[in-house]
Amino acid sequence: MFLTYLRRELRNRRKQTAVVAIGLAVAIALVMVVSSVSAGVRDAQAAVLESVYGVGTDITVTQTAEPGEGGGFGPRRFDFGAEDGEATEDGTRQLAQERLTTTPGTTSFDAGTLDTVSGLENVSGAAATLELTSTSFSGEMPDLEQLGEGGGIAVAPRAGAGGGGQGGPSSFEIDQQTVTGIDPAAAAVGPLTTTEVADGRAFEASDAGQDVAVLDAVYAEQEEIGVGDTVSVGGSDVEVIGTVASTTGEGVETAANVYLPLDVAAALADLDAEVTTLYVQVDSSSNVEAVSEAIAAELPDATVSTQADLADGVSGSLSTASSLVSTLGTWLSVIVLLAAFGLAILFTVSGVNRRTRELGTLKALGWSQRRVVGQIAGESVAQGLIGGVAGVALGGLSVLAVNLSGITLSGSTGAQVALGGGRRMGQALPEGAGEAAAGGPAGFGGGAGGGLAGTVSDVVLQAPVSVWVVAAAVGLAVLGGLVAGVVGGQRAARLRPAEAFRSLA
Amino acid sequence: MYQIEKLTKTYTQGKRTVHALRDVSLRIEDGELLSIQGPTGGGKSTLLQALGGLDRPTSGSVVLDGKDLATMNDAGLTRVRARTVGFVFQNFNLIPTLTAQENVETALVPAGAAKADRARRAVAALESVGLGERADHLPGELSGGQQQRVAIARALVKDPTVLLADEPTGNLDEDTRDEIIDLLEGLWKEQGLTLVLVTHDSAVAARSPRRIRIAKGRVKELTGR
Repeated sequence: MFLTYLRRELRNRRKQTAVVAIGLAVAIALVMVVSSVSAGVRDAQAAVLESVYGVGTDITVTQTAEPGEGGGFGPRRFDFGAEDGEATEDGTRQLAQERLTTTPGTTSFDAGTLDTVSGLENVSGAAATLELTSTSFSGEMPDLEQLGEGGGIAVAPRAGAGGGGQGGPSSFEIDQQTVTGIDPAAAAVGPLTTTEVADGRAFEASDAGQDVAVLDAVYAEQEEIGVGDTVSVGGSDVEVIGTVASTTGEGVETAANVYLPLDVAAALADLDAEVTTLYVQVDSSSNVEAVSEAIAAELPDATVSTQADLADGVSGSLSTASSLVSTLGTWLSVIVLLAAFGLAILFTVSGVNRRTRELGTLKALGWSQRRVVGQIAGESVAQGLIGGVAGVALGGLSVLAVNLSGITLSGSTGAQVALGGGRRMGQALPEGAGEAAAGGPAGFGGGAGGGLAGTVSDVVLQAPVSVWVVAAAVGLAVLGGLVAGVVGGQRAARLRPAEAFRSLA
Repeated sequence: MYQIEKLTKTYTQGKRTVHALRDVSLRIEDGELLSIQGPTGGGKSTLLQALGGLDRPTSGSVVLDGKDLATMNDAGLTRVRARTVGFVFQNFNLIPTLTAQENVETALVPAGAAKADRARRAVAALESVGLGERADHLPGELSGGQQQRVAIARALVKDPTVLLADEPTGNLDEDTRDEIIDLLEGLWKEQGLTLVLVTHDSAVAARSPRRIRIAKGRVKELTGR
């Protein structure tokens, strides 16, 4: 009788059932989407961190450059003497220069710190890298001797390529590539743990000291460089032995454009026995904080970052999406959910009021209070269940739409101050970086240009729908129905049969 | 057997206090057919509700088979309504979404009867009121007289000892009214029920061996007991 009565009532009140179910369905779908997108953003953040720091890295150790310190800050000038380059017939000189320095904002430190950190308690693995930026200048400049007094010229890669000026035609390019030196024998921790070989081969222990390189597959494709080709890094040619692609997503760039054996990178950058980053793996997540403090104590000048610190340091649209989901999305879900619950309660109570005579009659027939309340609550829960199932379907479709739309979130990590944009960041280089000057040694002023450094990763948002999210969504809808049922049922319970009939008289 | 002593019922309706029953004392024997007449608002329905345990009196007692309904707890009253007393209402009070048979079955739900038993007894009750063929019809598909027959079948399906009918012919035309009264009279005779019939129709009341009148909450015997 319970189910028959319930079914007939819901069928009889189709409009009310539909309104309540739709209200709950929309709320549930929103909760599902917010929850799934939130999980997707979290995964994306993890992917960004993994693409930079690799899998299994619990702590990174870097050292921030002081202003004026060699590697990190300050102008990077390309100085040319009047006699540099080759003079051409049209009065210009062909100039080219390349330099390899530490990544902007960071500086190198003693490689011996790796042993110090490896020896700490609860450290299960550690690796060191040398993260560098290779900046190259090439192009035609006016012959300064012909312009007047002899002198030099200096160019800073403030931002841009190309330029023209009074002294004659000039045309030049400034390129940057990120270079990471890694220990070919250490593969357990570090940036290459989230990569797979796309072509050729990965480093082997025997590659130490060899002029060989592994390239990021995306970079290699952009630059049309293949295995067996040579690339110029810091003015030296190295042979490409393989390319690696990120395992965190298709088309996602890895931590650097070019990977070199650590000792080769150090030699090219003139940073022997120096490193810029330590990747530390801790034996248990509960020990991360303690190890972090121990490293900070051992290396007082170092910047010690845990995964949580690194996650906070992720910026870009990924960070915006994260805060949007966690604030606006959550509040919107709560508000819509409360509205849906309120709607369900309102309709249930109004239904009870409309059915005063019916419920009074059932009591007159000997139906217990519990049975009457159970019937009302059952109808309400059934409405919630319908809303929950519809909500899961709607939410599932919405999440599918989000996933199919291929929303790409960009997250960046690392130093925030750097010299002009590198090619891998895809920034358009504005005009006017280079100027021609008439005589004099002063040349082109170069200051530290503003720009974004660190590593930028694009991750396609994939919002996962877990069984728990589905269960929670249906549970919420049923809870909404139950709350409405209890409120409506309480109203029905207070109804005395005689009062019910009297109120209708 | 009912023994009613000094029954008083006062309730508020909006800002107004209604004295529905004033010190009513009455005895109703087992198997008796009693008609209660009186003007609208005189207290007829209130008395019927007190007899059926639908409402608690303000003071006094309503003793049914030795148990005072005035002091009985809710669970006890629910049991009395489920087993001992059947109700027939002026507006039939059928559940519009349930068929005639299912409506009759609702009276067997509190007793915990099995589904098959419920169906069998409901069909038998409908046949006893001449509606065996209409078991699958919804109330909206039945005439007023047929709906009241379904309501009577619902009241009697649990084999009560008391049948309380509140204006059972109030919404029916004359022919149908006579049919329903014939039916109730027949069932009363056949089953030995105690039948209390509230009516403002003198023609209906005239068929009862015993009649009382309630006006302004006070009872007056009309049949000279």
